[in-house]
Amino acid sequence: MTYVFQFGIVFDRFHELLQGAWLTVQLSAISMALGLSLAIVCAFLRTTGPRPVRWIVAAYVEMMRNTPFLVQIYVIFFSLPAIGLRFEANQAAVVAMVVNLGAYATEIIRAGIQSVPIGQIEAGRALGLTRIQVYRKIVLFPAVKAVFPALASQFILLLLGSSVVSAISAKELTAIANTMQSTTFRAFEVYIVVTVMYLAIAVAFRGFFAAVYWLVFVRGRA
Amino acid sequence: MRTFSSNEFMFLLGAMRWTVVLSLIAFALGGALGGLIAILRISSLLPVRLVATGYIQLFQGTPLLMQLFLVYYGLGLFGLRLDAWTAVVIAYAAYAGAFLGEIWRGCIQAVPRTQWEASESLALSYLQQLRYVILPQAVRIAIPPTVGFLVQLVKATAVASIIGFVELTRAGQLMSNATFQPMIVYPVVAALYFVLCWPLSLWAQHLESRLRVGAAIGRAK
Repeated sequence: MTYVFQFGIVFDRFHELLQGAWLTVQLSAISMALGLSLAIVCAFLRTTGPRPVRWIVAAYVEMMRNTPFLVQIYVIFFSLPAIGLRFEANQAAVVAMVVNLGAYATEIIRAGIQSVPIGQIEAGRALGLTRIQVYRKIVLFPAVKAVFPALASQFILLLLGSSVVSAISAKELTAIANTMQSTTFRAFEVYIVVTVMYLAIAVAFRGFFAAVYWLVFVRGRA
Repeated sequence: MRTFSSNEFMFLLGAMRWTVVLSLIAFALGGALGGLIAILRISSLLPVRLVATGYIQLFQGTPLLMQLFLVYYGLGLFGLRLDAWTAVVIAYAAYAGAFLGEIWRGCIQAVPRTQWEASESLALSYLQQLRYVILPQAVRIAIPPTVGFLVQLVKATAVASIIGFVELTRAGQLMSNATFQPMIVYPVVAALYFVLCWPLSLWAQHLESRLRVGAAIGRAK
């Protein structure tokens, strides 16, 4: 093979990639926070809400889990403007990531809720706590603790999946890489570097989640 | 200008065929690769285990889109002339191999340790232990999560549209551009994926609940 690798040109413009990586981290972090909040509410409604509400949440979860993320982005970015909901690229990306993560996380937290012994919930009700109080003060904490590893993997999948939002020209890491490869003609070098950057971000997030788990669930309430 | 009617719908249905074909090919090749990875992953030799673990970590720790780009642009550099089909098939098989390898490793290790010891005491060789004792039990555990992964794989094939591979999502883009009716086209595309994936999801859930009943009865005995 005669191809000569030239990484120099990629590293000369490394700051552009760093900017893209920062936006990727921001988009992902915001979506994780909002998506988790959405899931905590949906999991509550899914388990204790009135029947029609439970049914609606279940339909939302199944719709999201059985269609591709990319198509969800297209629906939000290209289809919704027709009914007056217009987002710019970054907003559309966050909305798509939140509703997508929200659905998966709802199922995960629901599994966690089911692992909480029913006696604890009954005890809480017997003490006169409302359903919301029982959920907030008794169920939620051990439920999230039980499924924390699954939640963390889902967050990582979201982070990696965020590269797809480049398709609606949100200027995150993958989009920057696409621009760079089309101006430098060094596609392979650019994508190798960017792949390693994603790997690094994923490892950093995993470390962060491990730290959160330790701080909140191990040290916090020994 | 075209409007979205039955012709356009048939075009999407036709393109859906390629989503199915790509998923099945990637599943078959990825399954073969994943089986190998799972076996390597439980090897008693540390370097072998490390290679398999590294492979899984690499493919589960990087975006599928990057894997596609690297295969698409990368293999060309090594003098291999690849059309989009070959590149996409290679990338998806490698991706599926990593996930299936990890899923199946878990299933093999879920078989009780004593099964290995019992078959070893019957003087079966390592391969015989795997083939006659361990794998038949592991396969039973493996079927529900494998069907579940098939759903993930079908959805993942949508990403291939970004590098220009014409399947359901790309066909949707083409139709959207031709008809200027994204508010109809993309929800239809989503519905078609749903029709493909939901039965698989339900099937996976059904298999899983049946397995749980089986396990409970097994324990009761």
